[in-house]
Amino acid sequence: MEISTAAIWESLKTIPDPEIPAVSIVDLGIVRNVEFNDDQLKITITPTYSGCPAFSFMKEEIIRHLESAGIFNYQIDTSLAPPWTTDWMSDSVKAKLKEAGIAPPSHKVECPQCESQNVDVISEFGSTACKALYKCNECSEIFHHFKQI
Amino acid sequence: MATDLLYKYVLGLGDDALILGQRLSQWAYKGPFLEEDIALSNISLDMFGRANLFLEYATILKGNGTSADELAFKRNEREFRNHILCEQPNGNFADTMVRQFFLDAFYKLFLQKLTESKDEQLSAIAQKSIKETTYHLRHSSKWIIRLGDGTPESHAKVQPAINNLWMFTNELFEMNEIDHEMVKQKIGVDCQPLKMEWDKIMDEVFTEATLKKPENIHMTTGGREGIHTEHLGHLLSDMQYLQRAYPDAQW
Repeated sequence: MEISTAAIWESLKTIPDPEIPAVSIVDLGIVRNVEFNDDQLKITITPTYSGCPAFSFMKEEIIRHLESAGIFNYQIDTSLAPPWTTDWMSDSVKAKLKEAGIAPPSHKVECPQCESQNVDVISEFGSTACKALYKCNECSEIFHHFKQI
Repeated sequence: MATDLLYKYVLGLGDDALILGQRLSQWAYKGPFLEEDIALSNISLDMFGRANLFLEYATILKGNGTSADELAFKRNEREFRNHILCEQPNGNFADTMVRQFFLDAFYKLFLQKLTESKDEQLSAIAQKSIKETTYHLRHSSKWIIRLGDGTPESHAKVQPAINNLWMFTNELFEMNEIDHEMVKQKIGVDCQPLKMEWDKIMDEVFTEATLKKPENIHMTTGGREGIHTEHLGHLLSDMQYLQRAYPDAQW
């Protein structure tokens, strides 16, 4: 096995979140660990929400990436603890979300267009489990907020 | 033998999530308005995710090659161990929200304790689920307040919903032999002390919602022993139809 774990991390960084393509599954903190046990590659992933329908899709994408890189001796484990939290997102990832029109996780929700904090919740549940729907009272933008958990 | 008790314990927790998730999914495309339709589907999805975690763990404990899907789709009514409250019909929106509020409040307290379980997997599932349930409780308690302190019509729907579903709430705090054994092993949760805290949540929300807490209501029980109301059979016949008619069918 000539491939390094660093190269695998790089490859996983190219897998977008199927529902928020602006960020990768590594950006979101879904990939927890990549290591070799002897010749076997072990990847540990964690779900954002326990019922996230994108989770099994992400796993399939990881497998597709590994196999197209010629890696067939692998194991993909799901870990639940510690539970996934939005604190695992770096500032640069939060900036990417904002760029895509999604307010990044924060206790002070800010309109991603005009940065006003004069916003109201429309619905605490959005188009995916991880998002809530808001509206900006300044610029009238309707936007998603990536829920802080 | 000890594993068998833990298996049944985990099965009960998985069945609660599965049956409630199935009920909530029946609201899809029938919600009172789009955002609420999406909210109910989201909560349903969280429940199915939780059911999957518990039932997958149950299959590991069982260790006979049974899959989580088989547990969901191929058991009969009497083999389900969910609390009776979870299987109660959706009724009108107030009925659904009251059922949700009762269960969210209970599960918030229950899961908080379960995070301390000596069983690592149960603790992990609890740590994951508590965040979701806290969010669900915020949603359902807001609705109880809006409905209770809303229009005369919404008030007139939510109070009977509370009165009708109250009889299923005592079961949540009952302790059977399995529960006692699990508490002894520091795996499970002692539900009786949770009752006082749950009552406190009820009192706070009911007061704000101008609703009355029912008194002297006959309490029913039996879910954890597989004794259910007539509604579970109907729910299962719908949920299990495909796997019963076309066993092991895949997408």
